[in-house]
Amino acid sequence: GEQTDVASRGGEREEQTFCFDDAAVSLLQSYSRLAAPFGSFSCVRRWKNYWIRGVLSLAMISGFFLIIYMGPVTLILVVMTVQIKCFQEIITIGYRVYHSYELPWFRTLSWYFLICVNYFFYGETVADYFGALVQREEPLQFLARYHRFISFALYLAGFCMFVLSLVKKHYRLQFYMFAWTHVTLLIVVTQSHLVIQNLFEGMIWFIVPISIVICNDIMAYLFGFFFGRTPLIKLSPKKTWEGFIGGFFATVVFGFMLAYLLSQFQYFVCPVAVNSETNGFTVECEPSEIFVMREYTLPAVKTVKLYPFQIHSIFLSAFGSLIGPFGGFFASGFKRAFKIKDFANTIPGHGGIMDRFDCQYLMATFTHVYIGSFIRGPNPSKVLQQLLMLRPDQQLGIFRTLHSQLRERGMLPPPAAQA
Amino acid sequence: MSYKWAVAKEKNILGNADLYLLYEIPVKPKSHMEDGCHPSLFFCVGLQLYLCQKSASHASSVCVCQGSDSELKGEKDVPSDGEAKADSGVPDVPAPADDTPEVLNKALSGLSSRWKNWWVRGILTLAMISFFFLIIYLGPIVLMMIVLIVQIKCFQEIITIGYSVYHSYHLPWFRTLSWYFLLCVNYFFYGETVTDYFFSLVQREEPLRILSKYHRFISFALYLTGFCMFVLSLVKKHYRLQFYMFGWTHVTLLIVVTQSHLIIHNLFEGMIWFIVPISCVICNDIMAYMFGFFFGRTPLIKLSPKKTWEGFIGGLFSTIVFGIMFSYLLAGYRYFVCPVEFNNDSNSFQVDCEPSDLFQLQDYALPAVLESFTGWSTVRLYPFQIHSIALSSFASIVGPFGGFFASGFKRAFKIKDFANTIPGHGGIMDRFDCQYLMATFVNVYIASFIRGPNPSKVIQQLLALRIDQQLHIFNSLKTHLTEKGLLPALEEAAAA
Repeated sequence: GEQTDVASRGGEREEQTFCFDDAAVSLLQSYSRLAAPFGSFSCVRRWKNYWIRGVLSLAMISGFFLIIYMGPVTLILVVMTVQIKCFQEIITIGYRVYHSYELPWFRTLSWYFLICVNYFFYGETVADYFGALVQREEPLQFLARYHRFISFALYLAGFCMFVLSLVKKHYRLQFYMFAWTHVTLLIVVTQSHLVIQNLFEGMIWFIVPISIVICNDIMAYLFGFFFGRTPLIKLSPKKTWEGFIGGFFATVVFGFMLAYLLSQFQYFVCPVAVNSETNGFTVECEPSEIFVMREYTLPAVKTVKLYPFQIHSIFLSAFGSLIGPFGGFFASGFKRAFKIKDFANTIPGHGGIMDRFDCQYLMATFTHVYIGSFIRGPNPSKVLQQLLMLRPDQQLGIFRTLHSQLRERGMLPPPAAQA
Repeated sequence: MSYKWAVAKEKNILGNADLYLLYEIPVKPKSHMEDGCHPSLFFCVGLQLYLCQKSASHASSVCVCQGSDSELKGEKDVPSDGEAKADSGVPDVPAPADDTPEVLNKALSGLSSRWKNWWVRGILTLAMISFFFLIIYLGPIVLMMIVLIVQIKCFQEIITIGYSVYHSYHLPWFRTLSWYFLLCVNYFFYGETVTDYFFSLVQREEPLRILSKYHRFISFALYLTGFCMFVLSLVKKHYRLQFYMFGWTHVTLLIVVTQSHLIIHNLFEGMIWFIVPISCVICNDIMAYMFGFFFGRTPLIKLSPKKTWEGFIGGLFSTIVFGIMFSYLLAGYRYFVCPVEFNNDSNSFQVDCEPSDLFQLQDYALPAVLESFTGWSTVRLYPFQIHSIALSSFASIVGPFGGFFASGFKRAFKIKDFANTIPGHGGIMDRFDCQYLMATFVNVYIASFIRGPNPSKVIQQLLALRIDQQLHIFNSLKTHLTEKGLLPALEEAAAA
């Protein structure tokens, strides 16, 4: 069984949830967890567990508001901290599964790969958004120009170290851990960088998706608690169809209202830009069209004033409620596959950081792809940068094309005036 | 909870293998358990286990192991270090049958088997090199198709190994899902390539335009569908296996598919960027082998006992010389040197252009040492030949690590070759294991040191901007070009 499995592997976790004897434990392990009514197990520790969960939930939500208040720099730092913690949790599970503490080099190599991939991604971000700053400083300019090459060289060094570290009796284990590290990097690190890119697009693109996932979690839980009857999927026996559908509608409404609330403030709506003079982040701009109220005509011949962003928020909420839970099921399947109850024990009552963030990652990727496809065009300063790097004849060709395009649209004064 | 194990040995149905039946008898009887068998039985203390089921006739669960090794611990609490010992206990995959074609068999029937093996290898090597020249002659489209075929075959080989390691043929959906993910990732990459290089063609056709505008979204939606299918396909007793195969598939995709697309990007840069790296790796392979054969004495690395330091260093120098001479040969022809472009009018690929600076002969002053040696004061080289030294060095020094990685992988899973596709050589993956690292290096090298951004991609992004942004960039560009003195000619032409 789960609890005793942990116990046999060193048993470092105390029993938090259960305070029953073995017979009751095996009963709980069956798939009728949902039917376990409250009244039968009148155990004081169970209510204590709920209090802890509730208090920690409120604490986490308050922490969320606090870091939003503190601004983009803090947010980036927090994202990075969360990423490192998630990576550590997953890698630790991998180690436990393979009892591979005695393998040479491996923990060093995993952390090294984490640093390499982060260097690559942060370098790309810095080069994009801090272009002016980078051009001024000579060493930064060099690093930026050869950034890909340097990142690749660093990664290769790690790869060669891995090959040199292969030990005769542990080949398979070492390959498993190599693959485990890379899949973890793929999931955790790339998606945390998508979160940061969403953030730079405007803090609302960071806050609304995360709030949607949190709301869906809580609402699906509450609906399941009060109305839950039909189980949803064998993987997570606690989930019910009633919770799923109730959470869906509640989240759409919540997202709609939250989008309305936040769209009014420039602080949330403006892209995060770097101010060249103060070398700090500024969030001031002319709000783009999707944050300007418009009138929409409903079929019932009534007009409503909405922000276009609220329409987008409906799509985000729909995704967060319908597809987001699959990230949670994936993590549940993962935990069942490796017979662990939680990823780690960081947050009392909730488990590890990864437990809280498993649904967020899919959401962050979706938001990024959504922005890239439907909202944002390319970054103008980046395009200009690339333009200036081309050969002169290529630049002339582009100049001519652009000239004729703009002339057609009537943006340029007529040729006679130019001469 | 602790278990007591009892072992019974029987013969399987065909009578050609031993079956070890492990009976898990719990110390405290339980009415039901989630999984009868402990998950570490998946490695079954050194044998290959792939089946855990409740036996109708026994009160507890029966785990069936099949193997020919008698290294089995009878009674253990939790055989958790069966996994750590998995390496030593896994039986070898049986040696592949000799399927050399009949023709070769007849021709070589007079020779002893060792020489026959050499001849087979030699003939196949020559055949592969000739094939390489043939497809270069046939042009870019054929090359792209060959790269795609090689990629699919490599993917299939690695996935098949994964299956044979985990005996997971009976898992539902999994082969379908692996191929589906391959399709998704290829769709994503080919879509990006097509959008970059065939921009005007794409703009003309309406369905293609929509597909390219929302390309990332469509690819992501396709991938998500596969992800959700995976989650829905998780079967109660096989969670761990399924997650392993999911991880295996994704790592394979990361290695094989992304790098084959980097090869295609290199190809579009100019066929010389495709031919020279591959030739350097092949040359290094052959030269290191020859040097090792004639002079080899000091072993290089425990992973590959056949490699020697003499072969390594000899291969390095000969590959550099080969790279310099080969690039001299190829840099003179436009067919190899020009970027592959798509001609809108004829709807085909063309390789015609004004060769860039890299492929124009220049005079270099020799250092004094070489000057006294050869009596020349300057030497005429293509700048590309200098770059080829960097490429050859990488192929000889770091490229072999790709080969060591593949050797370690084969040893880890106790297989001799990836597959049996090429007689005498093994599978396609065996031939291409060093190429992948090389392809990535060349791509990064080009992006960092040679090429600027792709002009058609820049136009594409430019036209996607808002009008006021376009105007702003137009004005900046105008100032820039005026400063460089390129603009007055344009304005005269426009006014005329």
